[in-house]
Amino acid sequence: MADRAVSESGRARPRAAMAPWLERLVLSEYLVFYLTAVYFLIVWPIVPQIASLSSLYNMATDLLPLLVVAIGQTFVLIVAGIDLSVTSIIALASVVGASVMTADGGYLAGSPFAVPAGIVTFLAVGGLVGWFNGWCCTRLGMPPIIVTLVGLMFLSGVAIWYTTGHTETSSIAGLPRSFVVIGQGRAHGVPHALWVALAVGIAAHLLLRHTVFGRWLFAIGINRKAAEVSGVPVDKAILWAFVISGVCAAISSILYTGRLETGTPVMGERILLDIIAAVVIGGTSLSGGKGKIVWTLGGVLFLVVIDTSLKLLGMSLFVVFAVKGAVILFAAIIDAMRQRIVQRG
Amino acid sequence: MRHGREILRVEGLSKSFFGVRVLHGIDLVLREGETLGLVGENGSGKSTTMNILGGIHPPEAGSLMLDGKPYRPAGPRDALRAGLAFIHQELNLFENLSIEENIFVSDFPRRFAKLPLIDRRRIGERTRELLAMVDLPHPPSTPVSRLSQGERQLVEIAKALSSDARIILFDEPTTSLTRRETEKLFEIMARLEGQGIALIYISHILGDVLRVCDQIAVLRDGHLVGSGPRAEMTVERLISMMVGRRIDSLFPPRTTAAGSEPALEVEGVSQPGVVHEVSFTLHRGEVLGVAGLMGAGRSELARILFGLDPHERGTVRVGGVTLEELSPEVCMRHGMAFLTEDRRGEGLLMEASIADNAALPSLRDYATGRTGWIDAGRLRTDVTEVAERVRINATDYASMLVKNLSGGNQQKVVIAKWLLRRPEVFILDEPTRGIDVGAKYEVYKIVDQLVADGAAVLFISSEMEELIGMCDRIMVMNRGEITKIHHRDAFDSEHILETAMRTDLVGQAVP
Repeated sequence: MADRAVSESGRARPRAAMAPWLERLVLSEYLVFYLTAVYFLIVWPIVPQIASLSSLYNMATDLLPLLVVAIGQTFVLIVAGIDLSVTSIIALASVVGASVMTADGGYLAGSPFAVPAGIVTFLAVGGLVGWFNGWCCTRLGMPPIIVTLVGLMFLSGVAIWYTTGHTETSSIAGLPRSFVVIGQGRAHGVPHALWVALAVGIAAHLLLRHTVFGRWLFAIGINRKAAEVSGVPVDKAILWAFVISGVCAAISSILYTGRLETGTPVMGERILLDIIAAVVIGGTSLSGGKGKIVWTLGGVLFLVVIDTSLKLLGMSLFVVFAVKGAVILFAAIIDAMRQRIVQRG
Repeated sequence: MRHGREILRVEGLSKSFFGVRVLHGIDLVLREGETLGLVGENGSGKSTTMNILGGIHPPEAGSLMLDGKPYRPAGPRDALRAGLAFIHQELNLFENLSIEENIFVSDFPRRFAKLPLIDRRRIGERTRELLAMVDLPHPPSTPVSRLSQGERQLVEIAKALSSDARIILFDEPTTSLTRRETEKLFEIMARLEGQGIALIYISHILGDVLRVCDQIAVLRDGHLVGSGPRAEMTVERLISMMVGRRIDSLFPPRTTAAGSEPALEVEGVSQPGVVHEVSFTLHRGEVLGVAGLMGAGRSELARILFGLDPHERGTVRVGGVTLEELSPEVCMRHGMAFLTEDRRGEGLLMEASIADNAALPSLRDYATGRTGWIDAGRLRTDVTEVAERVRINATDYASMLVKNLSGGNQQKVVIAKWLLRRPEVFILDEPTRGIDVGAKYEVYKIVDQLVADGAAVLFISSEMEELIGMCDRIMVMNRGEITKIHHRDAFDSEHILETAMRTDLVGQAVP
């Protein structure tokens, strides 16, 4: 008589019936890779050139700096924070770092230490801004979204102001060859940037999965109070998450600056949403406590494939934005559905 | 006992969550004018049964028959319409509204059929009738905020009656009631029976169940392990059915006596408005109980001692070493551990696994060098060892999420995470709150083992019996001060209660 609710297997049948294979797919933690593959297969017949060697190579090089900055963002999202200032860090580090190295009146122009000092400058800018963000969020107890949103506005302005102090044009060019090569050089067809991104990715993965610090971050994201009662140095850990985000943004800035061969204060202006979206689509939770570097890689891959395909379709920038927004929304809807299935059990 | 007409029949009711079966073919019969007692430990399936009857969860297998017709509620409203009303443990009244508004909030009678105008007069009349049925002599317009817990319970019952309920389910209705209010509740329940209403009564207080129920059904691990008329049941029989074995005494015998070496010395700890000049010494191998009423400053003291809350003055020595500052990190480094009373909010990462929870306070001890690289193998071995020692009931500690465990097992996870650190001084704040008889006994055994191994335990509890059963000394707190320390050979629950209450009764004038 209990016709509706009983099933042979003894498991609760979901109200909206879903094929088991589909349910398993939707519930997979690597869903974003499947979505990317499906999307790729759909657009392939429409724009066959997407599978060409040069297009694949371009996608890979587009992906690398975005991946690095998204990895930093993953740390902050895991502790239930958010870092909106990353693109301004990219811009500020770019112009400050360039001003050290540039042949047109750089502080260390021509010196053999110009490039190492320039790189240290990039990292220092990122680390300091990250440290300040973290300090505001922990010591002053300010909400991360406010701190980093204000940081975004302020630092973008500072980057432009700093540039005007060094050059009449809108960007700082004349960077040493040995620096530029980090962003655009390659050996045996493999871009140098790949090694940088790989190193950052592996280090981040190991840090999150295998160290005390990583485990603390997850604990803080799940329940900050419980972490505190368990003796986790909550404030210190959050502070370091922001520093990591800042340093990752700086590394990303090195790659972008090298690729462009100039330091410019508008660098990264348009990619803020891409960064956050990539991490979240990958599966890292905005409410904290959940995240993986591999997921972030998947999210970045997804966005880059969409971006490339839309450009190949010859769409204007505005259409690209609209379509990208729609696709991200679609991915978010799937994620929401997935949460509902998990919760229903 | 009268045997009325059968009103509800449950047959072979089964349900699973996350692939885990929580109900296995439950059969229940409820007759008009009868009270059915439902007992079992936490996690035995009582709430799930209730929730299925109330339309919150759909059943997976089995049949529900109401008046001989299939009953399949699609939601709580359906259940209410079918004549089932629920009185929950935590009452669901709007404190800012009046009695009459609370009773009719889901369906105000209208003045004109279609217009949104409330017929105040009819509400008032009807409320007065309903309140008379539950013996509550307040005007219908009295705000609920002015009522006592017991009176609020009666309002809930009146609300159930307003929907013409034929079955009323009580879930732990007496937990926040005084004895007199409980008696009043039982009186009303008897009156409802007389009107042919069927009652389901869920409670941990077995004496009450034996008193008010005509039939009693016992659940264990989702199985119906026994049922029958009250005359066949005794407290001992119910307990042995609930836990699946006999519990000869509620408390294990203490295996060792308290030592004389001080483990925790507290001197003149004060924080304005919280605690005042608190001084005591806790010895190795000793269980020192802390008794007191709500708001006496017991939990507050514990939080100060573990460095979670600030204090203005006073010194704390652990193992003879004066702590330079109080913070969880410093306290833990000196061998202290703290089990919080707020298990969900502060004790556990609900969304994490048993293993991750157990490892959290000890991560540093399993890291090599300055890199903080965790020795996962050693950690896993030790976590498994400690989880097995406290007997957490789960197969896979690494994948089972804490939120899917019963209250007792969750508490064992909190205990396990601190045991992994081999604490010298363990502060337990209400360690048995909200867990069932069997799990309580196991917690007591863990405490006994701890002190037998030389640790010292500060045991905060609101249950006088467990303090008397487990402690070497009991310290009574009242309004932030220690008023008296009782020794084991002179324990007397009434006397202890008296020292806890004396000045309070003077202070708390009736508003």
